Amino acid sequence: MTGDSNREGIRGMANPRRYGIERFAYILMRITGLGLLAYFVAHIYETSAILRGRAGWDEVLAMTQTVEGHIVLTLVIGMCVFHTVNGIRLMIVQGGIMTGKPGRADYPYTPRSQNARNKIAIYSAIVLAAVAMMYGLTVMFGEL
Amino acid sequence: MAGVPSSKTTTRLKIKRSNPAAGGAESYSEFDVDTEAWTTVLDAILAAKNYGDHSVGVRYSCRQATCGSCGMMINGKPRLACFTKISELDGGTVTVEPMKNFPIVRDLVVGFDRLFRSHHRIKPYIISDEADIEEGVRENRQTPEELEKYIQFAGCIKCGLCNSACPTMATDSQFAGPQSLAQVYRYVADTRDKGKDERLKIIDDSHGIWRCHYAGSCSKVCPKGVDPAMGIQLLKGHMLGFR
Ligand code: SF4
Repeated sequence: MTGDSNREGIRGMANPRRYGIERFAYILMRITGLGLLAYFVAHIYETSAILRGRAGWDEVLAMTQTVEGHIVLTLVIGMCVFHTVNGIRLMIVQGGIMTGKPGRADYPYTPRSQNARNKIAIYSAIVLAAVAMMYGLTVMFGEL
Repeated sequence: MAGVPSSKTTTRLKIKRSNPAAGGAESYSEFDVDTEAWTTVLDAILAAKNYGDHSVGVRYSCRQATCGSCGMMINGKPRLACFTKISELDGGTVTVEPMKNFPIVRDLVVGFDRLFRSHHRIKPYIISDEADIEEGVRENRQTPEELEKYIQFAGCIKCGLCNSACPTMATDSQFAGPQSLAQVYRYVADTRDKGKDERLKIIDDSHGIWRCHYAGSCSKVCPKGVDPAMGIQLLKGHMLGFR
């Protein structure tokens, strides 16, 4: 009997279907965090092209002016908005605020920490990200 | 006299079988069990064990969600078998598997060493020079408001469902787990306890409280309304100085 056997692993951790919107937000937070990290690295590469002068800068910038480039940037906008809004929720909640008040537990034991304020904040993060993405798409593809 | 209407139906029960110590492969045994509206998953497992295959390994005791022994994955989610009615589940087949994030002993029985070690580590008792009641000395009193601050967390039955649902437990073999972290809050919020600094030091490490990212799944599955996610966030609030 090993201490580690039967752990769910990354597949179990990343399964969004079992524990409601809070777990979905947790997974989305991780994915958008990794996505933004990847964008951050790419962004440093992109802006460092200025060291090769105007021609180098224009060459890299041209990559973002394609359909694929616009789609990537739209995803970045969505990731950025969701990660920021949900991040603010998490900072507040992890400070012990908005978690509900402890009290005697009564059947059917609906957890007070999964309250409406948290759910509204999560749905707002998703809606705001979608709106920002649509705006980004309109601006970028309007320019094509 | 009209007969009592019966809700009797036949349910297919799939039980995951394995015996890691014997090195055997994993398999599923299937049983057709007669169930009523009130039949619990534990009742069905015991019926399968009594009339189908005596060798099915299952741990249980109180049959009333008090002992915390019969936690298992039921249709993919950690639940207490004695507290889950088959009629509440979707679909005709009920699949039971050993609880995830716990090492398998045999079939549906898992090892609790890690959970008990984590629980023991946080000193789950009142630390106070005045904790022992001496004759002639008045007992340690609390107001109802003071009791309300921790009573929900004191309802933990150590069933481990929260640890099984936790995404950090799924990937970090040394994480303290929501069960023991919530118990830290239970004692920190107790006005009789003087061990706050000792306990906070224990959980303020790289596999401690900061590994909780508030996915909330622990609270979703807790069968006693302990709401470990709430306790852990309140504890973080204490440690960050917001509370
Ligand atoms: S907190 Fe709830 S789910 Fe976790 S061990 Fe205690 S009773 Fe079980």
